[in-house]
Amino acid sequence: MNTLTDKHLELTQVGIEFPTPKGPFCALKEVNLKIAKGEFISLIGHSGCGKSTVLNIVAGLHQATQGGVLLDNKEVNQPGPERAVVFQNHSLLPWLTAYQNVELAVKQVFQGKMNKAEMKDWINHNLELVHMTHAADKRPDEISGGMKQRVGIARALAMQPKILLMDEPFGALDALTRAHLQDSLMEIHADLGNTVIMITHDVDEAVLLSDRIVMMTNGPSATVGEILNVDLARPRDRLALADQPEYNHYRHQVLKFLYEKQRKIEPVSAKKKSQLKSGDNQVA
Amino acid sequence: MLKTANLSKVTVLEIKTAVNTDFAKKINNLLLLPLIGLAVFMFLWHVAAKNIDTSLGQFPGPAQVLEQAHTLVDAHFVEREKADAFYLRQEERNAARLAQDPTYEAKIRPYTGKPTFFDQIWTSLYTVMVGFIIASLIAVPLGILCGLSQPAYAAINPLIQLFKPVSPLAWLPLVTMVVSALYVSDDPLFSKSFLTSAFTVSLCCLWPTLVNTAVGVSGINQDLLNVSKVLTLSKWSHIRKIVLPSSIPMIFTGLRLSLGIGWMVLIAAEMLAQNPGLGKFVWDEFQNGSSDSLARIMVAVLVIGMIGFILDRLMLTIQGYVSWDKSAVLR
Repeated sequence: MNTLTDKHLELTQVGIEFPTPKGPFCALKEVNLKIAKGEFISLIGHSGCGKSTVLNIVAGLHQATQGGVLLDNKEVNQPGPERAVVFQNHSLLPWLTAYQNVELAVKQVFQGKMNKAEMKDWINHNLELVHMTHAADKRPDEISGGMKQRVGIARALAMQPKILLMDEPFGALDALTRAHLQDSLMEIHADLGNTVIMITHDVDEAVLLSDRIVMMTNGPSATVGEILNVDLARPRDRLALADQPEYNHYRHQVLKFLYEKQRKIEPVSAKKKSQLKSGDNQVA
Repeated sequence: MLKTANLSKVTVLEIKTAVNTDFAKKINNLLLLPLIGLAVFMFLWHVAAKNIDTSLGQFPGPAQVLEQAHTLVDAHFVEREKADAFYLRQEERNAARLAQDPTYEAKIRPYTGKPTFFDQIWTSLYTVMVGFIIASLIAVPLGILCGLSQPAYAAINPLIQLFKPVSPLAWLPLVTMVVSALYVSDDPLFSKSFLTSAFTVSLCCLWPTLVNTAVGVSGINQDLLNVSKVLTLSKWSHIRKIVLPSSIPMIFTGLRLSLGIGWMVLIAAEMLAQNPGLGKFVWDEFQNGSSDSLARIMVAVLVIGMIGFILDRLMLTIQGYVSWDKSAVLR
């Protein structure tokens, strides 16, 4: 990454507190991150560590209570189509067809900049990118989960966003569909060069797709723990990578962070021991 | 060989019987069981009616009611013929006078015969629809406002809770007086009694639609709201593209409840206020006190029930057209 474009998106000392009946709850603290144009970033961490909150702050759906986010040197403080979001459970409007769902976004973003024919071409182009042209006239309840997620991605891409935010986009899909969509996403990323921030739970997915993996510590007051540069040549091929020592090395690094440094759950054997002990105490 | 032939025969038979039982089940549920229920009801009614003696004679059984239904239909056609004859005579008279004196300006006088049972049905239907439409035009937008804005809801909710349980009959005197005070016109487009009934219906129709719309709108999936935010939809397109489609089912639940309540309220209001309609028909028959009165009232009761049912089905059909979710089971 060159230094000139290094400051495309900049998170500085970002923190957020949510008010609760028991006083403010600090979910995030001092999150610092600089993302370059065209970079593919994964956020990984245990459940509840505030990954989604980071994404929502960048999207403008949440407001940081400390620090701030700059996109091209402009502060982010409300949602906007230049930061398109692909939601975890597709969030397509169930009463619109795939085409109409994309159309809603295109009309909103390109109203006055494109004429009707251009819009139509652009919508079809984006559906084609995710290989969904054949089901353009189907409604979400008539297509499979993977296809819905594709349409969700097409909708986000059609906004021509500066940044594509993806909240566990493939989390709810079966392994085969997920692999297929990951490949599609790599293709699209290579073609369009979008900046992408993706939340994931899946270590393989993170290593396969990312330029950098941002690993987050456990909450409360979660923050960036480590950042791993993934220096694998693109285009990447999952089969070839599986045998490569570098790939496994990166994988190992992430696993180590998640299961040693930020271990969340006690190993079962340790749990049993402590239970036994407390049982003994009760008898005594 | 023989064995397999036998086997296939058996399976064919089984399939046939399976189809038959399936068909039989459908017939049972759609036709036979309802008919049995109806027959039992008729029998119990018949037996009970024989044993009830009122000051207006024996309580009417199914047979008498059917007979009176025929009388009412006949009376309607007789009255129609009379009306036609009246207009025909009037036309002839006017034509004759016009022939004598070309400057004569013909006056058409309306027929002033007694409204028949079917005229009353029509009046009631028309009144309930007008009252219901007025209420819906107020309740749906107000409900959307309440669902979208917490402050609006906080402001309006106490009023909803206060007025929702009020009986229509408590409103009626007030509405009557207000309509007579405010609707002063030499050439009134609508009769005062019609407006009184319609507004009373409106006042009682408002609440279910209002409450259900507000609940539907405030319960929209957060993900869809986020989509709307990311797309930066304007308030108006947010309502049109996201809010309305996703709260259509709840809005219609409210509308159906409202229409049902409106129909019940109207009959009561017509009875009490002596406003034209089915309620007045029932009250007139009661006051009339002939030996046929109870049977005629029973006809009205059955017709009121049937119309209520048809109105509800009508709303369901409209919901089917409007709603995006055609697969939803509508009951």
